[in-house]
Amino acid sequence: MRRRTKVAAVTGAAALLVLTACTTDPTVTPPSESSPAATSEPAPEPEDSDEPGGEAPANEWFDQAMFDTQYAQRSVTPEGPADQPYLQHIDAEFVDTSQFASEGAKKVCFANASISNPWRQTGWITMNQQLKVLQEAGVISEMETRDAQDNDDTQIADIDYFIAEGGCDVFIISPNSTAAMTPAVERACETGKPVIVFDRGVQTDCPVTFIHPIGGFAWGIDTAEFLIEHLEPGSKVVALRILPGVDVLEQRWAAAEKLFAEAGIEAEDHFTGADPVKIKSIISDALARGEVHGIWMDAGDGAVAALEAFEDAGVDYPVITGEDELSFLRKWKETGVTALGPVYSNFQWRTPLLAVQKIFAGEEIPSEWVLPQAPITVDELDDYLARNEGMPDGHYAKFGGEDLPGYPEVWQERVMP
Amino acid sequence: MRRSAREVALDLVSPQRAVFLLLVVLLVAIVVVNPSFAEPGQLMRFLQRVAPVAIVAMGQFFVIVSGEFDLSMGSLVTAQVVGAGVLVGQDGSRTVPVLALMLAFGTLVGLVNGLATTFLRVPSFIVTLGMMLALLGAVMFWTGGAATGNPADEFRQIGRGGWREVPVLDFVPYAVVILVVLLVLALWYTHRPAGKLHVAVGDNVATAHHAGVRVWWVKTRAFVISSLSATVAGVLLVGYAGVHPSVGRGYEFTAITAVVLGGVVLGGGRGWIVGALAGAVVLEALFVLLNYAGVPSTVRSSVQGVIIIAAVAYSALDFRRRRSGPATTSPAGGDAAPAPGRGGDTSTTSPAHSGA
Repeated sequence: MRRRTKVAAVTGAAALLVLTACTTDPTVTPPSESSPAATSEPAPEPEDSDEPGGEAPANEWFDQAMFDTQYAQRSVTPEGPADQPYLQHIDAEFVDTSQFASEGAKKVCFANASISNPWRQTGWITMNQQLKVLQEAGVISEMETRDAQDNDDTQIADIDYFIAEGGCDVFIISPNSTAAMTPAVERACETGKPVIVFDRGVQTDCPVTFIHPIGGFAWGIDTAEFLIEHLEPGSKVVALRILPGVDVLEQRWAAAEKLFAEAGIEAEDHFTGADPVKIKSIISDALARGEVHGIWMDAGDGAVAALEAFEDAGVDYPVITGEDELSFLRKWKETGVTALGPVYSNFQWRTPLLAVQKIFAGEEIPSEWVLPQAPITVDELDDYLARNEGMPDGHYAKFGGEDLPGYPEVWQERVMP
Repeated sequence: MRRSAREVALDLVSPQRAVFLLLVVLLVAIVVVNPSFAEPGQLMRFLQRVAPVAIVAMGQFFVIVSGEFDLSMGSLVTAQVVGAGVLVGQDGSRTVPVLALMLAFGTLVGLVNGLATTFLRVPSFIVTLGMMLALLGAVMFWTGGAATGNPADEFRQIGRGGWREVPVLDFVPYAVVILVVLLVLALWYTHRPAGKLHVAVGDNVATAHHAGVRVWWVKTRAFVISSLSATVAGVLLVGYAGVHPSVGRGYEFTAITAVVLGGVVLGGGRGWIVGALAGAVVLEALFVLLNYAGVPSTVRSSVQGVIIIAAVAYSALDFRRRRSGPATTSPAGGDAAPAPGRGGDTSTTSPAHSGA
């Protein structure tokens, strides 16, 4: 009998191994950052866009229309106050909000996807400091927040709770995923209260405004063009990606992959889960097989481990694109590598609350509020390092909160509100 | 216990030793794809990379062979890594005190796991799952989810550095030396009466208890060994990769996989520590091979999973054959024997195997 149990245990082991296959790989990591689902018109999800007759792109996430739009928006000079990038906008069509104009402090209800990665955590801190300013100004009475912890079902329940018994004057929604959240956002719109969506999009234009930086394709274009400019055709690039299947990240890679192929750059991609152990092993293996000339990352977390793999192998540094995360900027400064720090503008976390202020003042705002998304270049590196001195490694240089109360201690101590 | 080459070869292809066969196959395949892997310097770097996961697997071995699970290893690694980053900071002189503190913390976690399992009679699966969540939560609370930055280089040298320009070997990482020392210690311990009690308790708690074994202490010892091994792995990983809240994620399952691949029975009572070690090396070699072979990233985890399942299924052949065929050990006799080393070759800690 006991022996039978053991055989069962072995069979069970096989099941456990399947589990392991998952956990050793990045699928369990929280999705990073944010998402563009750029165009606010019933945003065609890339995976749905298998229109017949299309030229069957190598990457199913590639979307030529979004690619072209974002390509063009990169070179548009944003309108609005130059020293307040979180209030700037690109290609804006304004919408009248005079029907919402009213006096008094309002209650904000915020349905947040999660604070499960350093990018979202940094933004969340900034948002709370912005909230304090608006509370003192008498614009907002309180903000009730529900954190969906990366779960669609939880977030739908959160939004429905707000609608039913939140006593909300305005909804702010940072969707966990595009398609799943659309009906819940529509229900919020039906209350007649203003709805603000930011970061990832939804497939409806019922919200008053949809706030986001240019998008994932722009990230892919900026980074790939930088590498192509600094490398010869035929060079080898290792692409380090956090995890598959998240539209935000897939669009970055889809754009870069296309440009690399066109420029004759040999790029191979790997999923890392942002785990520096895995990143270092992947780079070490690539170096054991031959030269690596460039590193492309879909998020900068772990860039330091990638560069250290080159140090330990005793070979020259590659050209690298990371992110505006401080760990990367510091390593960039220290080593003097040829690098670019693309951003997924973290200051966008301020904009929704400022939009609340404008809406209740009856000012017109962009219906699709595209924020600037300019990478950090080597010329700006010292400036951004100086501005963010003393910040933790997981802090994002373009957090845009320098004029808020609590700067810099609140971000330095990094206590989640 | 001298054995002929033929016996050794047969032993290698027997299902029970599947992990060693798989290891040889993988290493040969890696060298075929990339001959430079066979250079001593490359091999040592590979072993340096294997060291943390191998040490964790050796720790998990003691827990599993004692009939329990330790799911808290991965998050203990994370906690130790993040803790080292914060406590050492840029002051290299703190290396030794922080190391002592980390070992003390590891011991404490192991004691809590062990005592809660044995005295509160909560299944270790649940106790260590709770410990895993508690440690992860503490790390998140402490750091706000972001790394604080890498500690001083003195501390990182343990996992990153080594002796360079060594004759023949080229580069000898400190991590490999630590791995070898721990392996020797572990082998010595498994041959001591105290070490054999882990197998006895895992095989049959009641018998061990009636034979006068202090079961709670044997199991608690296994949890302490496991937590200490996670601590050492954490120290090495701080050096190898740096401080990040994702370091150590999934290590508990990697360790359990390595142990099972190594022919150790889930549920306890059977297994050889060198098998667990080989299991860890196999997992890392598989990763290297898929990297070298340029397997597309999207299908990689599936390939990994299938190979691992096949390997475990192959080693399980042995059990099926034993069950249907004439028993090599009498179950009654086996159960009655209080100590390991009972008849036949079921107890792989017997010198016959380790002495080969």
